[in-house]
Amino acid sequence: MSALGHTSQRRPNRLLAFLGRAFARPSFVIGFAIIACSILLALCPQVFAPYDPLAFDMTAIQQPPSLAHPFGTDNFGRDVLSRVIWAYRVDMQMALLATIFALTIGVTAGAFVGYYGGIADTIFGRCVDAIITFPFLVLVIAIVAVLGPGLVNMYIAITMVNWVYYARLTRAEIMTQKANDYAAAGRVLGFSDRRIIFRHLLPNAISPVIVYWMTDMALAILLGSSLGYLGLGAQPPAAEWGVLISEGRNFLLTAWWMSLMPGVAIVLTGLGFSLLGDALADLLRAKGR
Amino acid sequence: MSEPRQHTVLELRYLRTEFGSRERPLIAVDDVSFSVKAGEILGLVGESGSGKSITLRSILGIVRPRGRVGGEILWKGRDLAALDEAALRKVRGREIAMIFQEPMSSLNPLLTVGLQISENLATHTDLDARARKTKAVELLEMVGIPAARNRLGDYPHEFSGGMRQRVMIAIALASNPQLLLADEPTTALDVTIQDQILRLIQSLSRDLGMAVILVTHDMGVVAQTCDRVAVMYGGRLCELGTTTQVIGDARHPYALGLLRSIPRDVAPRTPLYSIPGAPPSLSALPPGCAFTARCPVAGLECGDVRPPLAAVGQHHQVACHRRAEALAHFRQHEAAS
Repeated sequence: MSALGHTSQRRPNRLLAFLGRAFARPSFVIGFAIIACSILLALCPQVFAPYDPLAFDMTAIQQPPSLAHPFGTDNFGRDVLSRVIWAYRVDMQMALLATIFALTIGVTAGAFVGYYGGIADTIFGRCVDAIITFPFLVLVIAIVAVLGPGLVNMYIAITMVNWVYYARLTRAEIMTQKANDYAAAGRVLGFSDRRIIFRHLLPNAISPVIVYWMTDMALAILLGSSLGYLGLGAQPPAAEWGVLISEGRNFLLTAWWMSLMPGVAIVLTGLGFSLLGDALADLLRAKGR
Repeated sequence: MSEPRQHTVLELRYLRTEFGSRERPLIAVDDVSFSVKAGEILGLVGESGSGKSITLRSILGIVRPRGRVGGEILWKGRDLAALDEAALRKVRGREIAMIFQEPMSSLNPLLTVGLQISENLATHTDLDARARKTKAVELLEMVGIPAARNRLGDYPHEFSGGMRQRVMIAIALASNPQLLLADEPTTALDVTIQDQILRLIQSLSRDLGMAVILVTHDMGVVAQTCDRVAVMYGGRLCELGTTTQVIGDARHPYALGLLRSIPRDVAPRTPLYSIPGAPPSLSALPPGCAFTARCPVAGLECGDVRPPLAAVGQHHQVACHRRAEALAHFRQHEAAS
């Protein structure tokens, strides 16, 4: 792929070296394991879930955890373990979709604004101030309330607020990178602005964004399940951790497992992303300059 | 040294670069005029803040959009000062190349050296991938990088400072520019490497017929490398001439002071001469000669009337009202010491 064969021979070594250092860190190993399992569960829940997550079983209502139902059953006799596993699909999707558009838009906007500065930067600054003035959750809830509940509207609402954080981060990084002579060297070599921004500056500016992205995916799951709990995100009977917790809240004293088990799944996945983000932050910091 | 049969490639006429508001601009380069011939190395000397780097950057228009460039920059029958960004982009890198002071930060740390050379080749030539690779190796060999073929896949941090500056030069030369702007290319390097890099620039200029403008604050570098010298102070030219003329027969009090501050045959622990005072701030330049405040021979008219560049010999021009006094003043000190 690369124009220079020599380069492609050396690249894998560097990648291997990076992975070697990564897997020497316990936090990376644990985080990676949790997230890898989560992704696997999200990709093929049907393989791992013992029951149909939507099938009622009126003979087994609110059964405590047992061998047949390790996480117990809910008020319609549905297997909680199966529902928690199927919920991985929705919640991992939320982790990705609620962040990836915000990341794309934010990084692009931040890169341009950071590179050009001037009036665009001033306008951008005011917009950011305006959005950041509102508490994150309140603003998202307000937007969802306007658009109507549902997953897609939730993604739109989160993206509308969340891109600002990526843009701010990218803008600051691009501004520091821009001060390096290689940015001026790019101009002097007659490269277009777009080429300088995306090929030269952005790759050097992206690592804090990646780290933040990891943490943000944990936050997105929390946010998504909060909205699900409030009835603004995923809608019942879909299995989603926030929805599951919400369904169990009336039975907290009689059937605690209905809320606890999805809660544990949230904590575990969030922990996985955080550990991964932490480890990456350390690794990238150690690697850069 | 500079024979008249060589043609002029670049001519600056009353170049003026200003920053800040239009009402109260900061004038970083003020009425600077000089020209460079093919195959010639012109040294641009002065203290930090004297406008030498801004002069270079103005030529390529990279002080824009924050800075405003006035006057004429005549290059191959065109005025670069009047070109827009898109047209300038075709000149940059292809016809005029530039290298910077810090070889540490002038290369993208994430791309291999080979990719960075071939990126420039891809932008400015029609070579295909294979030809670009061959050419990249040739360029690295030309600037004296040993085992060039094996180093194409290396990242900038795997090169030493001097080697990186060579890589920078190789990238700059990729498109056969007719003019190389070198912004203190050896300041960040140690003396032996400095010498190698200067010799390299000299031989490339001679062999390729490439004109070079070398910005430096080191008179030793000038004496060793340049054909002609322009001395700048406070954004203005104060002396312009061949290296022999400026080093051996300086007339401007600032140039005389600079030369006097180089220690020659002195006993250890002798206090060195330095020009009294500090360079003026760009916002507080006098209407007359910028050097007035620090000049040992300044007269009444100096602060108010701008001295024009006047010829004092063939190819030798000085901007000073009191040339005779300056010469007498420094002669006398020379004799005393």
